[in-house]
Amino acid sequence: MTEPLLKIRDLRIDATVYPPGEAAREIQIVKGVDLDLQRGKVLGLIGESGAGKSTIGLAAMAYGRGGVRITGGQVLVNGRDVLTLRDSGLRRLRGNEVTYVSQSAAASFNPSRRILEQVTEAAILHGKFTRQQAQARAIDLFGKLGLPDPERIGQRYPHQVSGGQLQRCMTALALCPEPDLVVFDEPTTALDVTTQIDVLKAIKDVIALTGVAALYITHDLAVVAQVADDIMVLRHGEMVEHGATDQIINAPRQDYTRALVSVREIRHDEQPPTPTPVLSVDGISARYSGMHDDVLSDINVALSPGQTLAIVGESGSGKSTLARVITGLLPPRSGRIGFDGHDLTPAQRQRPRQDLRQLQMIYQMADVAMNPRQTVETIIGRPLQFYFGLKGRQRRDRVVALLDQIEMGADFLDRYPAELSGGQKQRVCIARALAAEPKLIICDEVTSALDPLVADGILKLLLQLQKDRQVAYLFITHDLATVRAISDSIAVMHRGKVVRYGPKSQVLSPPFDDYTDLLLSSVPEMRPGWLEQVVAHRRIEAGGE
Amino acid sequence: MNPLILKILAQRVALSLLLLFLVSILIFLGTQILPGDVAQSILGRSATPQALENLRQELGLNQPAHTRYLNWLGGVLRGDLGTSLTNGRDIAQAIGQRLGNTLFLAGCAAIIAVPLAIFLGLISVLYRNRWPDKLISGLSLAAISVPEFLIGYVLMFYFGVMLGWAPSVSMVTEGMPFLARLQAIALPVAVLVLVVLAHMMRMTRAAILNVMQSAYIETAELKGLGMFRIIWRHAFPNAIAPVVNVVMLNLAYLVVGVVVVEVVFVYPGMGQFLVDHVAKRDVPVVQACGLIFASVYILLNMVADIVAIIANPRLRHPK
Amino acid sequence: MRRIPLAALLGLLITGLFFAAAILAPVIAPYGPSEIVGDVWEPASAEHLLGTDNIGRDLLTRLIYGGRTTIFVATLATAISFVTGTFLGLTAATVGGWVDQVMSRCVDVLMAIPPLIFALVILSVMPVTMPVLIIVIGLLEATRVYRLSRSVAVDIAVMDYVEAARLRGEGRMWIVFREILPNALSPLVAEMGLRFIFIVLFVSTLSFLGLGVQPPAADWGGIVKENKDGIVYGIGAALWPAVAIAALAISVNLIADWVLSRTSSLKGGRG
Repeated sequence: MTEPLLKIRDLRIDATVYPPGEAAREIQIVKGVDLDLQRGKVLGLIGESGAGKSTIGLAAMAYGRGGVRITGGQVLVNGRDVLTLRDSGLRRLRGNEVTYVSQSAAASFNPSRRILEQVTEAAILHGKFTRQQAQARAIDLFGKLGLPDPERIGQRYPHQVSGGQLQRCMTALALCPEPDLVVFDEPTTALDVTTQIDVLKAIKDVIALTGVAALYITHDLAVVAQVADDIMVLRHGEMVEHGATDQIINAPRQDYTRALVSVREIRHDEQPPTPTPVLSVDGISARYSGMHDDVLSDINVALSPGQTLAIVGESGSGKSTLARVITGLLPPRSGRIGFDGHDLTPAQRQRPRQDLRQLQMIYQMADVAMNPRQTVETIIGRPLQFYFGLKGRQRRDRVVALLDQIEMGADFLDRYPAELSGGQKQRVCIARALAAEPKLIICDEVTSALDPLVADGILKLLLQLQKDRQVAYLFITHDLATVRAISDSIAVMHRGKVVRYGPKSQVLSPPFDDYTDLLLSSVPEMRPGWLEQVVAHRRIEAGGE
Repeated sequence: MNPLILKILAQRVALSLLLLFLVSILIFLGTQILPGDVAQSILGRSATPQALENLRQELGLNQPAHTRYLNWLGGVLRGDLGTSLTNGRDIAQAIGQRLGNTLFLAGCAAIIAVPLAIFLGLISVLYRNRWPDKLISGLSLAAISVPEFLIGYVLMFYFGVMLGWAPSVSMVTEGMPFLARLQAIALPVAVLVLVVLAHMMRMTRAAILNVMQSAYIETAELKGLGMFRIIWRHAFPNAIAPVVNVVMLNLAYLVVGVVVVEVVFVYPGMGQFLVDHVAKRDVPVVQACGLIFASVYILLNMVADIVAIIANPRLRHPK
Repeated sequence: MRRIPLAALLGLLITGLFFAAAILAPVIAPYGPSEIVGDVWEPASAEHLLGTDNIGRDLLTRLIYGGRTTIFVATLATAISFVTGTFLGLTAATVGGWVDQVMSRCVDVLMAIPPLIFALVILSVMPVTMPVLIIVIGLLEATRVYRLSRSVAVDIAVMDYVEAARLRGEGRMWIVFREILPNALSPLVAEMGLRFIFIVLFVSTLSFLGLGVQPPAADWGGIVKENKDGIVYGIGAALWPAVAIAALAISVNLIADWVLSRTSSLKGGRG
């Protein structure tokens, strides 16, 4: 076996954290990781947020972000320990031998310089190419990455191209100096699912064409399965499992990996709609003040008691706006909202308290959905006091009972939100909504900020609570796997309109309309080769027209 | 220059004019419609009814407020600032020379303070949290914590009186040679520089630091660029707008600082003129001076915004 | 018990001493405030630790009483600026709409005039008395407090937890006092410290210009005015208030820095 391009031994990295109200302290975020990467190979690093995967990726460039310090171990690139390099040695490493693609290209491009100048800068500065050569190479890469008008796109400024295009420009930036290794740090995470597929394919092709080696960092196993030769699973700064992609996906050895692979195996049998819905949205159109276009136009959906209606769409489709209209924060321009047998007053301020109580909401970011200065008891107890006038002992008992339902104990009563984990925070938010004893809960992307396993637990809890208490959910999400798992009926939204609506089984079976087809086929599946199939399929369809 | 930028610039200039108009109303109101009788408060309790009546006549107090305001504003627009109550002289004439002196003083301070502040701000950022940064921020904290007039006396005491390096009173006369004039204002300029520098340096540091923490600076670092190139090519173009903003805000601060410093060093400028006439309750002079100071302040803020608009790549190169 | 950094502890200690001296001035001052106890500008001695002033009063005594006046005026003016500024700022942020627009534009106009110039304009026609001084300064500084409290509150008001409270049907009182204010407190407290210092400098400057605290009472700025003529003779009596003001200002700054850093760690922390 030849000497690997990248060889990491017993890497240890510390970070300074600032817990609220306490003195800063040191924690170990990478605890002795080893890895090897051969020339021309792609290694996927996968794990939850906080698993240390980005930190390891940056360590390959001997770089520590923020308060992060590399405290031990070796990182050998081309046989040379980069952790011992000083200024000029580091400069020769970075942007030359190893380059980096970040999650947010929009923030990583300098807003006041042209794209081409930034893409070619490193190659020229490290003396790899002359200006003409570098520009020719950049234009060539733009073409290979499928960017429109590769000759001229470099003359634009970063804000003048779309997010998906900019992410490809960032890839060109990383590849322009002909590096030996590229670190891709969640390059498609910030993109919409239908954009992600094209960027992913572009990245995969260009890696194959240039023969560069890559570390591909992501939290999405299905994504990494498309591009990586090998996969390393990380958790809490330690390696869990390392193997070929096929083996990790099809025959995982560790429990944690198995859990990752089998995520979303929840099944919920679809219920038929009942004749009297708890919520009916009839002909709703809405726009924000000062805007000239409708964000929602003529929306018609209904939700039966004790069931789940999933609203699916990409960012900008209007699905969160629909939630604002139903809650009364954005009164519609036309249409009516029926709730529990009567019409809801358009503006939330004028709604009777009874309606407010029966319609609760759970948010995406549990962190900011709870007042950081209130204890769990106050957070859950306030609706009890506000709607039912419960006080003191009675209120506390009820809070404990609710905590019990969300599988948390009475010892959480006096905790503040900052002292809870992400999953616990979302559970407390669920308890707060349940405390009002609602008929309908609007769930706005409630699992998308959570790690897959934690999200799974939340979904199971929501289903259990629905069974026990007959509460209906309006479930807003961009994640089709979640939709499959929990919904009874589905509405697909695109550019402010419902393009497809009906019972789950109907919506998810062919024949599809164009947009739903695009959306469904864009969701990464956890098997190698899926990406090629989809792209090939699309080419045939496009050619056949 | 594209039409979008021109439109935004035009809006910004119009806003400044509107602001100036509103400020003139405010200054007028501030001196005219306050509880109690203006004439009474100017002349004091012992004034005779006859004297009060005369003053009211002179100030036009018997006319309604809006008429008086329009008369005053009309005069101001024609360059007629009225006549002083205390000596009957034409205010515009009296201010002319003094305004020149004040601008000279403030201008000298600005020429020294601005480059120095940017330089020190950069040093602070480059040596962030190391001793040069801590020293600079400690000294600037000390300078901010003492009022201008006290810094003035401290400098006057040590450099003017004890060491005799510079005159402790800044007398300037018409026709004074340029170098002599510079020497005369050495101490007041030093005070203004110290005070403005401290504020400007701290804000410049924060502005540059803010830019240096952007993701695109990390990209530049990961390209293996040298520190100088990172700052010059990547940080600087994006730091122009915030730094100019900081500079302008602090030059506006000079406008206030200059009032006090002129009094300390008995410098014949606008500030001393204003303070003298406030004490004498010479309302027309106070109004005129107040309006001029406020105009300079508004003008500087406008320049800051205009630079920010022009420097914004999103506006310069629209989609 | 949270650990207080040394710098903040020092700040708290010195600020405490200043306030104690202000409150206990009649007890700790060696002489009466207007008692003439010696010659003009006597040098420091055992009887007069800092010497005497321009008409032979004990300078240390004058400084202690001057501090009492300065701190008294500044504290009241700070209180006025805070009560008005925060109340209006929070109202603007929570009510929003045209109420916010009108108030914010008015404040913009007020802030377009440098506060010292505006104060001079007003004091040219108002009787210069202590209450007038306190109210004028307090209201002028309230514009700055308004700006800050409004922007802090606007940031908080868009948080999901405030929206959750609104959706629950909570009244404005609950939203302002239970949801927004507790989270705005740290930046506001830090701002209060800085505002207090600005006001101390402001009052001193006005008094120095002869338009603040009127004789025979004197604050620190007034003491400088009384003794400034000594400077040209090499007598440093006028410089002592500088030491007092700087010490107070720096120590309050240290406290404000600490309060602010605690807030930012609350936001920046991952936990």
